[in-house]
Amino acid sequence: MAFLQFLKPKNELESGGRAAAPVQQDSGEPEKTCPNCHKSIPLSKLWADQLTCACGHHFRMKARQRIHILTDKGSFTELFSDIHSADPLFFPGYQDKLETVRNASGEEEAVICGRTRIGGEECCLFVMEPYFMMGSMGSAVGERITSLFEYAAENRLPVVGFTVSGGARMQEGLISLMQMAKVSAAVKRHSDAGLFYLTVLTDPTTGGVTASFAMEGDILIAEPGAVVGFAGARVIEQTTRKALPKGFQKAEFVLEHGFIDAIVHRREQVETIASLLRIHNGGQKE
Amino acid sequence: MTQSPYERVKMARDNKRPTGNDYISNIFEDFFALHGDRRFGDDQAVVGGIARLDDKPVTVIAIEKGHTARERASRNSGAPHPEGYRKALRLMKQAEKFGRPIICFVDTSGAYCGISAEERGQGLAIAENLMEMSTLCVPIISVLIGEGGSGGALALAVADEVWMLQNAVYSVISPEGCASILWKDPTRAEAAAVSLKLTAEDAKTLGVIEKIIPEKNIGEESFYTEMKKMLSQTIGQLEEDSELLQKRYDRFRSIGKQGV
Repeated sequence: MAFLQFLKPKNELESGGRAAAPVQQDSGEPEKTCPNCHKSIPLSKLWADQLTCACGHHFRMKARQRIHILTDKGSFTELFSDIHSADPLFFPGYQDKLETVRNASGEEEAVICGRTRIGGEECCLFVMEPYFMMGSMGSAVGERITSLFEYAAENRLPVVGFTVSGGARMQEGLISLMQMAKVSAAVKRHSDAGLFYLTVLTDPTTGGVTASFAMEGDILIAEPGAVVGFAGARVIEQTTRKALPKGFQKAEFVLEHGFIDAIVHRREQVETIASLLRIHNGGQKE
Repeated sequence: MTQSPYERVKMARDNKRPTGNDYISNIFEDFFALHGDRRFGDDQAVVGGIARLDDKPVTVIAIEKGHTARERASRNSGAPHPEGYRKALRLMKQAEKFGRPIICFVDTSGAYCGISAEERGQGLAIAENLMEMSTLCVPIISVLIGEGGSGGALALAVADEVWMLQNAVYSVISPEGCASILWKDPTRAEAAAVSLKLTAEDAKTLGVIEKIIPEKNIGEESFYTEMKKMLSQTIGQLEEDSELLQKRYDRFRSIGKQGV
């Protein structure tokens, strides 16, 4: 969990989010260059393809955009949105940082939780927000996800979780670390109740989130090319002074090493998730 | 308290400090070491086995850093690989089967950050311990004796009671790491150590630990005798507790609940 990325992602969608969505049909339509194949993609095409490039590259996506494309229309009810991060350590600059990030991202915290339907299947859903301190896990993230698992256990619902995180939020110190144990205990109770938990790992899922609820699903799927690991690649290079193997920590590498079940393209996710929920009887053991 | 938080960090890292094996040999009788995770290998950074504590059979697990340079090399300076956590979990499950209380001594700068560790699922290994320890139906006590480095320490500290030595530290990230990420300046580790609130007193105030163990006679016979007495007593109480698992759940559930 060591080296977290707390700077806002240097992503071409930095100023993006939903605000970047307007489709301009005139000749001056803005384009984005795919960092993988280096081709230019008109924004309207990029959005139509759910922020994926024809070459297979998956761009980072805001949590609410995901919820929009994943859930059945009008079915999403947000839960626990009243839980906010406090500043338990009075960490220098943290309040200001939160304020800035809240304004820039339009979100209150780094995860959105709710109850919804995906492909007609009832479930609980959490989606982490890359544009909120790179999905770092502080007390509010821990509390929201824990509450969601408890709610799901109570209502006998499966949980689908989309992870993206630099790890624990160091401005909340030990309190943030303890969220790993707190969420894990709630996942365990949900699991012991015979209920289904599906994790979708998106780029990047690292640190304390990988070392807790990201890896605790019954089935783990990942988006193509997503970095999934515990320690950051840079840290490993510094520690070991060795060159990293090709594709190290990419979803394909993690699949090959036996730690995830499948890699699923964004356009196939709704169908895949719905079918996995269906085969688990909506998660209920009858 | 006269030392600054960063001085505490240095004390916690001092190689002359008693390590896991010192606690095992001075507190327990009939220790029999058990090796291997039955999956891949035997991690020398994690020592574990069965022993007696005042005649009561217990399972003891310790992260061992080693004292000398040679020992530290063979123990990977107490930075466990996934197989270390898997060995620990194997022994804990075994303890549960035979109704033995579990005592963990934690001392690590963190789970090992390396290619092999990633290839063998470091994140999963820690995650599984967090999940499984939350419902093991025997008492668990974890004692942080030196460095409590992040998830790599927590993976042996999902316990009914967590204690810290007076000069042990417990943190989500090393002060050096924090300073270099946050301020792009690793030399500001001292300031980071203050901000991270990583001392035993801080951890107690934050409600993360139950007890601070004084160090005035650390390493002496009386120190170990005292700790043995505390362990015996607390295990006795925990064994009587019919709501052990609910309390363990609530213990972590209540941390960081302030939100709203």
